Amino acid sequence: MVVKRTALSKDNRISIWSIGENGVSSMDDEFEGDPQLVCEYKHNGDVLDLQFLDQDRIVTASSTGAVTIFRHHHNSQTLSVSQLWERAHHYPCDNAPCTGVVCNSPEIVTVGEDGRIMLFRADQEGVLRTIEKADSSAIHAVTFLRTTEILTVNSIGQLKLWDFRQPGNEPSQILSLSGDRVPLHCVDRHPNQQHIVATGGQDGMLCIWDMRQGNMPFSLMEAHTSEMWEVHFHPSNPDHLFSCSEDGSLLHWESSSNSDTPSFLQGGRNTSIISRSAIAPAGGNQSLINAWLTGDSSKGHLETTHMLPSQMLSVNSLDVLGQCLVCGTDGEAIYVNRHVPI
Amino acid sequence: MEEVDVEPTTTPIPGFDSNQKHLGFVWGPGDILVYETIYKASGGSAGGCPFVHEVRKDEDIYSPILRKLFNESHHIFVGLQRIREDLPSKNKKPQFVSISKNYRSVIRACMEELQQVAVSTQDAALATQYGNQVSILLAVELIWNLCEVLFIDAAPAGSLVLHLLDWVRLHKADVDEKAREVLASESPAEHQAYWDVVISYVLQGRMDEARQVLVKQATLQPAARAMFKLLDNLLMKMPIFNPGETQTLTEFDVKWRHWREEVDRCLQDQSFASNPHLEDICKILVGDEDVLLEHKELLSTWYHFLVTRLLFSHPTVKPTELHYYAQSSMHMFLDTRSVPEPLDSILLAAFEFDIHQVIKDCSIALNNWWFVGHLTDLLDHCKLLQSHNLHFGSNLREFLLLEYASGLFTHHSLWQLAVDYFDHCPEFGRVYLELQIERVPLDTERKALKVIRICEQRQMTEQVRSICKIMAKKALRNNRLGSALSWSIRAKDAAFATLISERFLQDYCAKGTFSDLDLIDNLGPAMLLSDRLTFLGKYREFHRLYGEKRFSDAAKLLLSLMTAKIAPRSFWMTLLTDALPLLEQKEVIFSADQTHELMFCLEELTSEKSVPNPDRPMQDEDIETTKIELLRLALARNLAMAIVKEGTVEV
Repeated sequence: MVVKRTALSKDNRISIWSIGENGVSSMDDEFEGDPQLVCEYKHNGDVLDLQFLDQDRIVTASSTGAVTIFRHHHNSQTLSVSQLWERAHHYPCDNAPCTGVVCNSPEIVTVGEDGRIMLFRADQEGVLRTIEKADSSAIHAVTFLRTTEILTVNSIGQLKLWDFRQPGNEPSQILSLSGDRVPLHCVDRHPNQQHIVATGGQDGMLCIWDMRQGNMPFSLMEAHTSEMWEVHFHPSNPDHLFSCSEDGSLLHWESSSNSDTPSFLQGGRNTSIISRSAIAPAGGNQSLINAWLTGDSSKGHLETTHMLPSQMLSVNSLDVLGQCLVCGTDGEAIYVNRHVPI
Repeated sequence: MEEVDVEPTTTPIPGFDSNQKHLGFVWGPGDILVYETIYKASGGSAGGCPFVHEVRKDEDIYSPILRKLFNESHHIFVGLQRIREDLPSKNKKPQFVSISKNYRSVIRACMEELQQVAVSTQDAALATQYGNQVSILLAVELIWNLCEVLFIDAAPAGSLVLHLLDWVRLHKADVDEKAREVLASESPAEHQAYWDVVISYVLQGRMDEARQVLVKQATLQPAARAMFKLLDNLLMKMPIFNPGETQTLTEFDVKWRHWREEVDRCLQDQSFASNPHLEDICKILVGDEDVLLEHKELLSTWYHFLVTRLLFSHPTVKPTELHYYAQSSMHMFLDTRSVPEPLDSILLAAFEFDIHQVIKDCSIALNNWWFVGHLTDLLDHCKLLQSHNLHFGSNLREFLLLEYASGLFTHHSLWQLAVDYFDHCPEFGRVYLELQIERVPLDTERKALKVIRICEQRQMTEQVRSICKIMAKKALRNNRLGSALSWSIRAKDAAFATLISERFLQDYCAKGTFSDLDLIDNLGPAMLLSDRLTFLGKYREFHRLYGEKRFSDAAKLLLSLMTAKIAPRSFWMTLLTDALPLLEQKEVIFSADQTHELMFCLEELTSEKSVPNPDRPMQDEDIETTKIELLRLALARNLAMAIVKEGTVEV
């Protein structure tokens, strides 16, 4: 049974769904059978982000500022609350939504609109560390760069690097796109090469950053016509990137470093993208150049495919594992694609 | 005063004693708030119970299964609006029919799911509620299907009866169940429901199935084989109009009359006298109404009776003649004393092709506008509604869609669907949207961003401003100056940006350091939004330059802040005080001219303060005067050094 995570933003319940056998590949039909609801549990406030902590536990970030760990009991197929930090994020007068959560078991890092970064440990009551006033504006997303370093993006378009080994409340590095201070909404790190980071923001542009150098993004690509809510590298095949947006589209980006044209992707429609590379790659160590960091567009090749039919409401969240892609929309629908060509 | 069509329903408020207290109320977008009070003609009203009750008419939008109906139909609705106007109408009809079928399949899917849940749930009250919803949806689909047949598909004579037959068959599914039961039994011909099944099939015009079941009886009674063969023959030969063939209506009519005469002859010949069941069937085939009425329980509804009657008496009925048969069927079938149910009058109105009456009756009978809104919209696209202008200017379609969408807007997540509906109401949609969108609760930044995005796409700048202002004020209340500034920049709200910059500067004066440096340092072109903001950015730059020991640049900047009047007067003292360390440096930083200008600024400042303020305590006065004296001294010394430096000629 494959269990997928879903981020049901507006529905105040957290649910686990099963989408059937992974091995059945006889039919060509992309959407075989409906996902079955396995169990669900009431959730206080909108679920703004969630992530699996380990096989049994899921951490959620709530719009009330709470961080909750749910435990999924496989035997009885039920969910229960295992741990709760009620006011992890808060203002002096109001609640502050917790906007992002990322786990590196057993540590959990959360960020919120109050500009705080909180570090928790599962099974420990209190807070491990708080970075107060980490940001003067709302922090929208967080991801691990290395085991002790995290990256956050905020609503004034800055990508900040934090090192937990250092005391104090200052980031180690601040990167931003100069000029327009476009809010950034999502960030993800390349699974194998830790210096490559992708971000997406309010203007729907996909930025690829090289953390080793410069304050500017490495390349900017026009992706969507409105806010990009989530971006993910494929965990096992990182030449593939997925992004989803308020304009109702979900794009599948495939980069290849050889000059042969990639095999024609099934379904959807191909769009040509405009790639603006900001800087040429650093000299030396040419063999480690990644497809994403290819400055010269004739050397690399980038294909994008729309994964969903048009006329959709905003796609708020997506996740990908193996050949399976899941996304959720504002039309209160979840789409599952089990045969993503990678 | 308009007369009321139906008696309004009363809803009791719990815990309310109508003898002693009055009820105060106020309308909301989809509900009423009521509270207990005692109203006096003069003087204040006395309070009572501290509760406020919310009375809501439409519970359906909160039902988790029905929500699918709203989401899916929204998708279909948007698709319908985008059908291109310039296609010729004969190409559009199949599209409209398919859209109508889409709507209906969505209703059916919901119905099935509700049915499943109703059966499986343990809670009795919930089961009844679901059961009610299922029956409402059944009725809704029945009406929609009939409207599709009569109005959208607009079948002509000949095909009309066939479509109506399909309609009846779809809504009387228990025949197949019974048939399965009978055929599965050991001896089908002796099953008690056997003849019911055969006759039901005949009544629905399903001759092949009837024949198949009859065969079971025929094999049991070899003696009467000739009789069964005869009936089988008649059933087989019954002419069915085929619109695809080249056969015209009159040809079909002739054929049908021939066949009917043949059946009649068999009846007259007493060929089926020995078997009353077979004789009944034969009489049905001839269209004998008394026999039809004998099988009321099998027909179960007057419209089934109508269609069967038409099938066997007037298969070439024209749409315009329908209403006559409909009325007579209803009267014949129903008990004359019983009051017709709302569903019956709606169907009758449909048979009379009175679309407006159908819509009106449905609006009254159902508790939300979903059905009438979507149906009217579809009919309007088929150009079937006359432009029936209502009193307040908009037409019927728009009125219903506006009502539906307004109801959706109160829901915490379905409001996004409503936006599309408003978009497609040309006259008042925009106004409604402007009013409603400002009232969406903004608990998270993400929701606010979605709302703003919707407003920006429609050039609703006022609403964008107001939403950004709400978010900025919220941030300000929580002392999140950076967030507040971000929002005012988004709204291009210069006044608010000025306010926030003032707060920053006040904080600086109080604490001596800037908060939120990461924001101020990175203002970029947004700095130009307001003068105060520009000053803030530049002042911070001054501090940065000073920190980097770029003193001459810092000095130039400082001076320009005062001379270009970017700095507010109130801040000049602070700026001059900041200049002190620069003046005290060993190296001459300010040139003679610059020093002159500084002195000029100082004089301007002090001349205003020449009148001593009685309210200010003596201590402050002292500090002020000391500061000014220090400045004067420093400026004078600097001037001296500058003159000397500039006058020196390098040898």
